[in-house]
Amino acid sequence: MAPTPLRDPRPGSIIPHMGNLSQGSHADEHSSAIVSRGLVVRRGKNEVLHGLDLDVPSGQLVGLLGPSGSGKSTLMRAIVGVQLVESGTITVLGMPAGDPSLRHRVGYVTQAPSVYADLTVEENLKYFASVLGTDGDSVARAIGAVDLTRYAKTRVSRLSGGETSRVSLAVALVGDPEVLVLDEPTVGLDPVLRRDLWALFARLAADARTVLVSSHVMDEATRCDRLLLLRNGDLLADVTLPELFERTGADDADQAFLTLVERTEVAR
Amino acid sequence: MNVHRTLATSARVLRQLRHDPRTLVLLMGLPCLLLWLIAWMFNNTRVLDQFGPLLLGVFPLIVMFLVTSVATLRERKSGTLERLMASPLGKVDFVLGYGLAFGLVATIQAVVVTTFSVGALGMDMPGPLWAIIMVAALVALVGTSLGLVASAFASTEFQAVQFMPAIIFPQLILGGLVMPREQMPAALEAISRVMPLTYGVQAMKDLSMSGDPGQIWSEVVVLVAFIVGAIALGSLTLRRRTV
Repeated sequence: MAPTPLRDPRPGSIIPHMGNLSQGSHADEHSSAIVSRGLVVRRGKNEVLHGLDLDVPSGQLVGLLGPSGSGKSTLMRAIVGVQLVESGTITVLGMPAGDPSLRHRVGYVTQAPSVYADLTVEENLKYFASVLGTDGDSVARAIGAVDLTRYAKTRVSRLSGGETSRVSLAVALVGDPEVLVLDEPTVGLDPVLRRDLWALFARLAADARTVLVSSHVMDEATRCDRLLLLRNGDLLADVTLPELFERTGADDADQAFLTLVERTEVAR
Repeated sequence: MNVHRTLATSARVLRQLRHDPRTLVLLMGLPCLLLWLIAWMFNNTRVLDQFGPLLLGVFPLIVMFLVTSVATLRERKSGTLERLMASPLGKVDFVLGYGLAFGLVATIQAVVVTTFSVGALGMDMPGPLWAIIMVAALVALVGTSLGLVASAFASTEFQAVQFMPAIIFPQLILGGLVMPREQMPAALEAISRVMPLTYGVQAMKDLSMSGDPGQIWSEVVVLVAFIVGAIALGSLTLRRRTV
């Protein structure tokens, strides 16, 4: 399969993906697409995020990795402005998260595919395109980007699970957003599809978009420019993959995560 | 509020219905079947003439309440509402979009059922057809807007369905269908006045007694006020940010 690019990459906008970041330094406010400071979120009786400080550099493919229940989805909901926040700040593109001016600029894919199963792929995309006020071309482009053009007229309920989650991804792409927040978009997909989707994410980031992708599969770290490791609502690390390996002495992402967890537990 | 986004939402809801022909057949056919049963059972009497118009005012309330509360709950559960709340769509756009779509469906239902009752079953109705259809459509909008409100308080489909007896049945009992309101104890009569169905039933009664549609305007005004109030309440119960 050969997904078509969402739009032609601008010449010279392709940035190298790995190892171009200064060691361990936080990106400054200007080059950060998403900034949180002291973010506390409570869901019911549980405090899910406990004063999270975090920076997502703009124009990069950033992996938000951590086991189930680590607070990834909650953080993503806070970034797109649908999560009630207890305290702390979170800004996206310099505006408070959830600001009306951001709703055109941030694309969001929820964990479960959130599209209308009783509509066709194209009808789903057309609806979200008219909510966003984008032109007619954007629908075909978004469907092409996730390689579903031949299913455009098929009802979503007739598609497989993997295809459905790609429809959900296409909906997030239709508005051509500057920031993409994707909650476990590759979970349960076959390896070929996963590889193709990560290639798509890399192209989107190369095209000067900020792409934040969550996953509980540590191996997906190898696909990311930068990693944010989350556990029990705390940020364990904000690193590139080579830095992570160097810091932990591990040679695979799973082992590196375990080493980090053990160290923080010993430190306590 | 944004007209373009509201209409886009209505069109999307109608498109979903179009993909569900069984629901459409039930929406249009079931009231006709029930009225036909009554016409058959009370053949050669005036029962159909008396009760037919009242039922025309009650069907849309029940059906639209159920359809709307289940449809909205489905949006909440499937994550599409969360996605829309992260998008530029306004809360009023969402609620009005549903109201318009189901209002249109209810109007078609009223046209089909009224035409069938008068044309095929020979229901005798002095009031003009457009007035009957208008009242039925308004009652349907009451059902839709109440369904939107109810769905905010339901977290499962089981609960959503249980709101039907809780919100609709008292109106059926007190709205003047079972007993004329003048004969009710004063306390119950007072309660019936704050129920929208009361005004729908009264308007249908007026239309079945005399042919003058000028009599029903006060009831129409009250019904519209209920719809506006419930739609406003429905938008308030939608939250962009949730726990």
